[in-house]
Amino acid sequence: MTSQDNNTPDGEHEHIPFFQRMMDNPFLLLFIGVVMPTVFYILWGVMEIATIPIATY
Amino acid sequence: MSILSKSRICPETGLFFDDQAEKLIKWNAVTGVVFLLVGGLFGVLMALTRWTEVHILPADWFYLLLTAHGLDALIVWIIFFEMAVLYLASSTLLKVRLAAPKWAWLGYWLMLIGAVITNVMVLEGDSSVMFTSYPPMKAHPLFYLGIIVFAVGALIGTFCFFGTLVLAKEQKTYEGSLPLVTFGALTAAIIAVFTIASGAIILVPTLLWSLGYIAHIDPLMYKTIWWAMGHSSQQINVSAHVSVWYLIAAIVFGAKPLSEKVSRMAFLFYIFFLQLASAHHLLVEPGLSSEWKIFNTSYAMYLAVLGSMIHGLTVPGSIEAAQRKKGFNKGLFEWLRRAPWGNPVFSGMFMSLVMFGFLGGITGVIMGTEQINIIMHNTLYVPGHFHATVVAGTTLTFMAVSYFLVPVLFRRELWLPGLAKWQTYIYAIGVAGISVFMMAAGTLGVSRRHWDNNFADATLGFDYPAAAHMFLALNGISGLMAGLGGASFCIIMVGTILWGKKKSDVPASAPAPAPEPAVHQAGSAGTIAVPGTFVLALIFLGTFILYYYVNWKYLAEVWHLS
Repeated sequence: MTSQDNNTPDGEHEHIPFFQRMMDNPFLLLFIGVVMPTVFYILWGVMEIATIPIATY
Repeated sequence: MSILSKSRICPETGLFFDDQAEKLIKWNAVTGVVFLLVGGLFGVLMALTRWTEVHILPADWFYLLLTAHGLDALIVWIIFFEMAVLYLASSTLLKVRLAAPKWAWLGYWLMLIGAVITNVMVLEGDSSVMFTSYPPMKAHPLFYLGIIVFAVGALIGTFCFFGTLVLAKEQKTYEGSLPLVTFGALTAAIIAVFTIASGAIILVPTLLWSLGYIAHIDPLMYKTIWWAMGHSSQQINVSAHVSVWYLIAAIVFGAKPLSEKVSRMAFLFYIFFLQLASAHHLLVEPGLSSEWKIFNTSYAMYLAVLGSMIHGLTVPGSIEAAQRKKGFNKGLFEWLRRAPWGNPVFSGMFMSLVMFGFLGGITGVIMGTEQINIIMHNTLYVPGHFHATVVAGTTLTFMAVSYFLVPVLFRRELWLPGLAKWQTYIYAIGVAGISVFMMAAGTLGVSRRHWDNNFADATLGFDYPAAAHMFLALNGISGLMAGLGGASFCIIMVGTILWGKKKSDVPASAPAPAPEPAVHQAGSAGTIAVPGTFVLALIFLGTFILYYYVNWKYLAEVWHLS
């Protein structure tokens, strides 16, 4: 049996779609759930703040 | 099913309780209620101080107790209770022992020690920096350390939840996908990891700054990263209380979600997008680009809102489907009329759902829109909004589920059941008043976090419209009502634990006489014939659209463009 398949009661292999496997993998969801806001909110935001020019008097 | 530690099956509900998980659920929930009592008391004093004629607290006490109220009611009570929800949703619903219970206890004690340290620092009076603790306001170093210790404890508890999922998978205690309630709890746990990591990124350097090891903390950098913690912590609440809505629908009605796949997808929207909504706290900051603001709030956040609207449709829809199956088919709303409105588990949950959607959800979108946010940014509208999401949404839901959990966990009958029947209504009306009247005052320009609404001490005087003072008075009256409801809840819970009539114990080896609740299994109701729910959803959408465009009209008037 591959990681993509499950045994059905009659012995045949049932294909599990990629999306289903993603939804059933808590640690992949954890990875996505941390990376998304880290990239789009924190890193993007911090880069914008860090590149604000310093005021000159 | 493999059970390695001591456990029991609840004779009434058929729920599985691992001994350690059960103790942790009890301790976390009870500790949370203690902090709710403290935070709630401070909240009543806030409402009475904002009431212009009463104005009960002097300025220094107002800011001191505002800090403590925010921390205890918004963070400590809720995170403790969420730990209880995580252990329930993993160990109990998956029928497996809790992974690493010693670590879970360590997490509990760290949370308690951290919460006590921070409270003591605030109550000593030298850390009145409010919940957000924006630099350059500086608190005592132990204030920040307490929050960090609390967060580390919560992180340990969260990883015990993940460990329990692994254990259940290994021991094959469930088949196929995780049950929906557990999946919702997983969503909360994922958001918790990001929240706590963000907190560490900003609070550790802030601690060092307060100790003198770092010379300067950039306020905008602080605000940006702090809100990744501050707002995301409220998204943990949303995920947790939505999970509890599904749990209560299953327990009270034996309801299954209309479509488990769709509900799961809605939780996935939370995992992907909900945390990005933190950006709406920064919509008036000049240092951040419109692209960053609009992507995070007006694109990503709307997908998370879509998730909430899906839950708002499927939870009452699942209840309607279950009720119609029982024969309550007359007209559009017999299923709702014949619902158990005298049962606080249901009444609290359903009022929470309605108020979260109508008051908290719609206003959240208004504040998340860059253009119209400017009308009410940093006014009392903001706490009005989050009292609808966090108090009406999360706290009321957690109160409702406590009426189910506490008698089951402590094997005692509910104390003062007559009062319990009314408590959810008293609290819900009080909280609805707080939310609506604060938002009304905010719409008239009343600033949040301001002690002196008469500007009596200001060098340059200013008068709010008279109606604003009326709304502040109504907010005070609503605060008293919510305080009465909150105190009643605490009295009922403590009374149940201490003096509730004991239920007969059944040995753990005895078979459960009650059927196992639907929360253990994945699966859908298999129908979308829920006309009453669709009518309610259309009313919601109509209100949403109307209020949204009213705010654009209001913005046009503010800018004198009309």
